[in-house]
Amino acid sequence: MLLHQRARIGVLSAPAGSAPDARASAWFLAALALVAVLVPILNLAVPPSSSFHISAYALTLIGKYMCYAMLAMAVDLIWGYCGILSLGHAAFFSLGGYAMGMYLMRQIGPRGVYGDPILPDFMVFLNWKSLPWFWHGFNHFLFALPMMIIVPALLAWVFGWFAFRSRVTGVYFSIITQALSYALMLAFFRNDTGFGGNNGFTDFKDILGFDLHSDRTRVVLLVVTIVALAASYLACRTIVSSRAGRVLHAIRDAESRTRFLGYSVESFKLWVFVFSAIIAGVAGALYVPQIGIINPSEFAPINSIEVVIWVAVGGRGTLFGAALGAVLVNYAKTYFTAALPEVWLYALGAMFVLVTLFLPRGIIGLLPTRNRDKS
Amino acid sequence: MMNIRKGGQWLFVLLLTIWGVRFAYAQSPADAELLSTLGELREASFPDKESIVERLTKSAHPSVRSVLTAFMEERLYYRNDDQKIVIVKSTEGDPPTLDLIDPLTLKEGGSAAVDSLTKIVTNNGLRRMLRTTIARFGLSSPDAAVRAQAVNDMLASLDEPTIALLQERLSVETDGKVRKAIATALALAELDSSEEAKQLAAISVLRGGISQNVRNKLADVADQTAPGGSAANGAVHKAASSAIRTIDRWRTFYSGIETLFFGLSLGSVLVLIAIGLAITFGVMGVINMAHGELMMLGAYTTYVVQTAMPNHIGISILVAIPAAFMVSGLAGILIERTIIRFLYGRPLETLLATFGVSLILQQLVRSIFSALNRSVITPAWMSGTLQLNEALSITYNRLYIVVFSLIVFAAIMLVLKRTRLGLDIRAVAQNRTMARAMGIRSEWVDAMTFGLGSGIAGVAGVALSQVTNVGPNLGQSYIIDSFMVVVFGGVGNLWGALIGGMSMGIVNKLLEPYSGAVLAKIFILIALILFIQVRPRGLFPQTGRSSENN
Repeated sequence: MLLHQRARIGVLSAPAGSAPDARASAWFLAALALVAVLVPILNLAVPPSSSFHISAYALTLIGKYMCYAMLAMAVDLIWGYCGILSLGHAAFFSLGGYAMGMYLMRQIGPRGVYGDPILPDFMVFLNWKSLPWFWHGFNHFLFALPMMIIVPALLAWVFGWFAFRSRVTGVYFSIITQALSYALMLAFFRNDTGFGGNNGFTDFKDILGFDLHSDRTRVVLLVVTIVALAASYLACRTIVSSRAGRVLHAIRDAESRTRFLGYSVESFKLWVFVFSAIIAGVAGALYVPQIGIINPSEFAPINSIEVVIWVAVGGRGTLFGAALGAVLVNYAKTYFTAALPEVWLYALGAMFVLVTLFLPRGIIGLLPTRNRDKS
Repeated sequence: MMNIRKGGQWLFVLLLTIWGVRFAYAQSPADAELLSTLGELREASFPDKESIVERLTKSAHPSVRSVLTAFMEERLYYRNDDQKIVIVKSTEGDPPTLDLIDPLTLKEGGSAAVDSLTKIVTNNGLRRMLRTTIARFGLSSPDAAVRAQAVNDMLASLDEPTIALLQERLSVETDGKVRKAIATALALAELDSSEEAKQLAAISVLRGGISQNVRNKLADVADQTAPGGSAANGAVHKAASSAIRTIDRWRTFYSGIETLFFGLSLGSVLVLIAIGLAITFGVMGVINMAHGELMMLGAYTTYVVQTAMPNHIGISILVAIPAAFMVSGLAGILIERTIIRFLYGRPLETLLATFGVSLILQQLVRSIFSALNRSVITPAWMSGTLQLNEALSITYNRLYIVVFSLIVFAAIMLVLKRTRLGLDIRAVAQNRTMARAMGIRSEWVDAMTFGLGSGIAGVAGVALSQVTNVGPNLGQSYIIDSFMVVVFGGVGNLWGALIGGMSMGIVNKLLEPYSGAVLAKIFILIALILFIQVRPRGLFPQTGRSSENN
């Protein structure tokens, strides 16, 4: 086994920030900009009768893919560049989503089914008399916004601190993160936890005073999501091409050696993990107003694992590959679950197997590159 | 062959029946008396029926007891055409024709349509009387268990004659258990006495009991004798209350043991799953996310075997164990040969690929068996409960699972420590290069190891089919728990899997009453994360060269 272990090193070690990456970055950002300009025009300015018109459904779908692309990028940052395979990123995504959901629930106000000005419907239904302490403040967007970042970050920090400090690595870390997500799912399924139990939050009315059901609001949300995606891409790219990024590479390829060279491996891992959780949380927060629902099934372990396959399909350790993988796999999922529902799980399963066996670099690895394979 | 034997059995039964019928006509005077007394039941009012029952009790005919039992269970009928009294074998399921039993000989004698028979009806008072009467018969049974049961049946109506009967029996009874039951019954009767001394004596006898019956009765007495109660008496009240406290302590103790047992049985399921994982995950360094689905295959194999032999449900589960081992083991070897062997040394990739396999297997059983749960029948010898005492009973299926998991554990230990294959497996796990140098075919050993681990998953699936629903999601519901067992116990150590699984099961069940099942899981997860702080490599860490592989 020792022998195999050594063989792993060097499977993926494209130098960060090399020339092809810079060119691909430009292409990626240009593509995002194109979507951000074209989709609003095709939705708002082109009449519905035209075949170029993008419907509200398609708009939501694109918004969803963009959120997933952000989540995939968050996973790629730690998996592709630091070798940490998290099977619990759906938890951070959902926590961000729940923070946004709490704000949206408070915005409903007296327009709920039971008409209670303070309590969301599910609390009235459960016969609660007052708002639980952790719900206070969520009626202000300026309070909810930092919460969408702080809550996932805090969980990642506490969890990561414990895990990295005791050198839980590799598959152990994956399993523990999966168990974390699973435990959170169970907790959120309970009515007493105070987050709407099984049904979660839905039936949102508006955000910052804008109607969530109008195309204009949807378009703005989509553009905000694309901007956030581009911003997180630039942030991740900056991190991985910095000197700190090189240490992350070193940790991925030879953790013990990096430690012996005097780097504090634990703190590097911890901070990149927390940053990744923040990106996931923001993605979740942007996901909820566009999809219009958040419930505990978002925490399901399979969701986290699906994110990993998006990254693997796209190509890990490239960032834009993760985004590409997220969009492609989800497009396939949308298509298959509608057209051939029973085939989808076979296809997904086969994708896992074939990509790991035959495409260790993902789709990006298939693109003709001149000097990528130098290493 | 089978048919001939079956035919033979039928012939034998037929001969017996004819023989029985022939003798039924040769009536003795006792038979004649019984028949005529029974005949009176047809027209009697309820009070008359009671006196008839008493007369029947006094007659010494050997089949009176069975007739009265049938009467109590509402299986006593008379035929409309010849007015003859008959016992019906069973009325369960409302069959159109009923199998008849002759009340004199107690042999089976033909059958009759439901509407050609009239039931001899009973009411609550009559049934209570019958129960006590039958219990009296039981009291003289040669079987001690029947006698003890008879005493318990009498508790419901402790009247003068019953008490006299019990006292009489006590003087000749030799069996300790029955003596104790009679003493309890007599003490319960004494409780109603108006004399303080007798009541106190009764309470001191009952103090040692644990049944709900005794406790309720004592609580009644404590209420009545409380200050201001209908029969206020300080001393008796104090004694009764203290006895109740003692009983409650014992009952709590026994329910604690029961919780422990539940924990052990959940733990054994986890152990069964974790043994297979410990082999593939521990010995080979391969993380197999499809392990849960291999269990699912084992559970479905049980279902298929049962469907294939519907007349031998009792044996089918025993057939299913090797079958499931083969099915899951072969599936495991197939997975190893086609996927995993290309990914050795890349644990994260293996995790993803096997996860893909798990999705495919899930969808496969959905396509073959539909997404609905299949029901696996629990064989008769595995159902029912083992009543240890009045406060503690243990269900057989849980008991068998505990035993089964220990057997599987011992078997795997033997394979690993005492066979050539086990030696090879351990050698390759410790130092692959050296093992190859010594001439061990490591590829073959890998495949066998993976097959072994997967086969055990299949066997675990057979056990799971007895405690949970067999459906496509069977594997997922246990897999996260069992991964945690392996992390807790220490990778690659079977003892770790055993102790880790059992303790996780017990802690889970101990926490459940206080926090609910969900919070118990969350607590365990947090405890596990904290535990890893202290012992990062589990309870039984691997030592030596192979532990330094990251």
